[in-house]
Amino acid sequence: MLAVNFKTIAFMSARKIAMAFSALLMIASLASLAVNKLNFGLDFTGGTLIEVGFEQSAELKGIRAVLDENGFDDAVVQHFGSSSEVLIRLEPREGAKAAEIGDSVLKALRKADQGEVDMRRIEFVGPNVGKELTEQGGLAMLTALICILIYVAFRFEWRFALGSVSALAHDVLLTLGLFSILGLEFDLTVLAAVLAVIGYSLNDTIVVSDRIRENFRKLRKGGPEEIINISLTQTLSRTMITSVTTILVLLALFFKGGALIHGFATALLFGVFVGTYSSIYVASSIALSLGISKEDLIPTVVEKEGADQESLI
Amino acid sequence: MLNKYPLWKYLMLIFIICAGFLYALPNLYGEDPALQISGLRGVQLEATDLDKVKGELDKAGLAYQSAGLVNNQVEVRFADTEEQLKAKEALNHAYGENYIIALNLTPATPQWLADLNANPMKLGLDLRGGVHFLMEVDMSVAIKKNQEETVSSFRTDLREEKIRYARIGEFGNGVKVEFKSEEDLTNAKRALKKKHGDLTFDDSTDEGFFLTALMGEQKVKEIKESSLQQNITIIRNRVNAIGVAEPVVMRQGSDRIVVELPGVQDTAQAKRILGATATLEFRMVDQNGDPYAAQSGRVPAGSELYYRRDNGQPVLLKRRVMLTGDHIIDAASSFDEYGSPQVNIDLDSKGGSIFSRATKDAIGKPMATLFIEYKPTGKRDKDGNPVFKKVADVISVATIQARLGSSFRITGAGSPQEAHDLALLLKAGALIAPIQIVEERTVGPSLGQENIDLGMQAIQWGFLGVLLFMVAWYKGFGMVANLALGLNLVLIVGVMSMIPGATLTLPGMAGIVLTVGMAVDANVLIFERIREELRDGRGPQQAIHHGYDSAFSTIADANITTFIAAVILYAVGTGPIKGFAVTLAIGIATSMFTAIVGTRAVINLAYGGRNVKKLSI
Repeated sequence: MLAVNFKTIAFMSARKIAMAFSALLMIASLASLAVNKLNFGLDFTGGTLIEVGFEQSAELKGIRAVLDENGFDDAVVQHFGSSSEVLIRLEPREGAKAAEIGDSVLKALRKADQGEVDMRRIEFVGPNVGKELTEQGGLAMLTALICILIYVAFRFEWRFALGSVSALAHDVLLTLGLFSILGLEFDLTVLAAVLAVIGYSLNDTIVVSDRIRENFRKLRKGGPEEIINISLTQTLSRTMITSVTTILVLLALFFKGGALIHGFATALLFGVFVGTYSSIYVASSIALSLGISKEDLIPTVVEKEGADQESLI
Repeated sequence: MLNKYPLWKYLMLIFIICAGFLYALPNLYGEDPALQISGLRGVQLEATDLDKVKGELDKAGLAYQSAGLVNNQVEVRFADTEEQLKAKEALNHAYGENYIIALNLTPATPQWLADLNANPMKLGLDLRGGVHFLMEVDMSVAIKKNQEETVSSFRTDLREEKIRYARIGEFGNGVKVEFKSEEDLTNAKRALKKKHGDLTFDDSTDEGFFLTALMGEQKVKEIKESSLQQNITIIRNRVNAIGVAEPVVMRQGSDRIVVELPGVQDTAQAKRILGATATLEFRMVDQNGDPYAAQSGRVPAGSELYYRRDNGQPVLLKRRVMLTGDHIIDAASSFDEYGSPQVNIDLDSKGGSIFSRATKDAIGKPMATLFIEYKPTGKRDKDGNPVFKKVADVISVATIQARLGSSFRITGAGSPQEAHDLALLLKAGALIAPIQIVEERTVGPSLGQENIDLGMQAIQWGFLGVLLFMVAWYKGFGMVANLALGLNLVLIVGVMSMIPGATLTLPGMAGIVLTVGMAVDANVLIFERIREELRDGRGPQQAIHHGYDSAFSTIADANITTFIAAVILYAVGTGPIKGFAVTLAIGIATSMFTAIVGTRAVINLAYGGRNVKKLSI
């Protein structure tokens, strides 16, 4: 192996500070989740949501008054996307007629003199369905994490597996924390985004871990910390470039994708930042703290795979 | 020799690219507004019907692009939606009674592509507009009905065996009977056990003499299963009656039904129809009146005029209803002794006693079975509520041979298939009430189109940003990566169009956008490796070779883990999450292929086997 002919960035020397920082953010997220909770969207809470479009910009006060008169005094009315589009949200109700609420609200709005009303979207979710979804979403996340843990432990080493899964848990927690602190609505598409964050962060972590493993085998000298620093420096430009391209498309999604996809883009934008950071400072730091060493990685026979790669590519 | 691909690899690549383009192609053609005309109750349309439709359109002076028979339905395509709507009105006016006329969007794929099974991607309701219902079947009612049935059959059985009991009633998910003596109890247990093998009997003599009969888990499961199936059948019939093209009715889990009606905006109407009840009424035939005279308006007092379903002949029925379908607990089709199809009907105990009283003095007289449905007229009252029309026709007229009890049969249902459908409808007619809508999502057509436009814009802008960045950063190799990225998009669309179950949704579009951003990762990994190798002083050919080699296992590991995540999302998730998972998984597979094999092929062609001094990277 040739000498390392570039300047190594001493990532790991800052790992204590970074871990303290991460711990602080995680505690803040947990605290916010406990106090503020998540602003669960209709998918999870149940209830009725109606999106209507008016010809001109709509007067929210007038709409509230109309709804009040018709017995929908719990309606939350807000602009959505533009001033002529209005979103109305209603709490879940008891009784078999709950499914009809959307239609009666629309009828009330049409009767009231507000100009032409265009129904854009009605969603009604029963309270039980929402509860099941919350459970399912949590289950999806947990299953994903466990399967990934098993795969990484099998393919790499348990310290890496623990490191990468901790990084994933860290990213998911911080993303949820962000949504809780800012009070952003957490719906099904945001859940999908959080799961995509898992995918992205994992991608990043695996690339870094892969390089660490390779360097442990290749480099003769240097302690674990030094080798990790070398690996992180080597993968840094790749990490940055991939982050930049992903952020580019997410920005396009955020600004051009419309109001329905805002939550999705927000969660992913934040997730890409956190995921990039965590692959360096959470996954690698934990593997290092758990005492990863050359001996742990050298005896494996995975090296063999390189021999038959020619035919694969 | 380094960096040379064998010929077969290029051929494979070219084949896959061609297939990708071919199957992605139908998406460019878009869809034609069309009308889909089908017969009522599954009646198959023929060439004469096609001519009739054509004639009607010509008479109304409406231009159509093409008209033909597809799957025994008439399909007429129009140039624009305005013409389509006018045509629907004209046809509805002409014979809305006999046909179901549905607005439809038919893929405008050229025939040669359609012959290759190349069709455009299915769009989710959030992109094309429409309504999605999730309905829940109240299983407790189904179980309760079965219990009532057991109680009444226990009564009959005990009466036949001449065993006296003190009380009988529902208990848990079964039945409990109290006897006066232990002897009665043992006799009853023996007799009932023989007749009801699917129940678990248990006797107790602690405080009186009790016999309990409970349904086993298997039996409960069977009841739930059959209730769900019946409900799916009846909902499917109703959905067909609404006249929706490509509706989806399928089960979800053990007690839920998903209904998707693309293009339907009027949810109130859809809900009314799905919730409407088909039922039967049994009435005596008015033998004194003249049905043909009644046709010209002279209907005798106390009677009503109806028509027979099979031959359209008028029948005069007494106004008084002997029995309604609410009392039906079971219905099954079979054949009578002459081989004609018949429907066996079981009534609950109350219905049984009403019926036996009503038929006691009517032996030798004709009784009619009236089938009643509520159908939408397409009109609205002044409050905007849809107007429904009660449609009733006589399905059978039979002479009462003997006093009828809680179990009897009706004939005249027509074909065995019709008898079967009728039995299902009757059973479900009593079960349809406990269906509840637990979720509803309606997306207006304007929002659907807007979602498509916005999604396309986001893809274009994101794609452009990534293209420019890659060229600026990697120059020549960046161009190659961009080529791969473009091909990747085509392949995703191609694969999505090929897989029958794949549906493009809004989160799915977001998944494609995300894939565009992440797909370059594999190339970034490879190119960074090549740069490293060059820095370490290797020659260009060696650098390319080792770059691809050493990046491969990293790319594989990273993508397999993400793929695991996508598979789990698909398995555990519902609706939008599933849509996202599908595009993510497809994107991973195609991007690995294009980024590794695709770019390598181009780079090999450009640099392979030659003396290259410098790489454009």
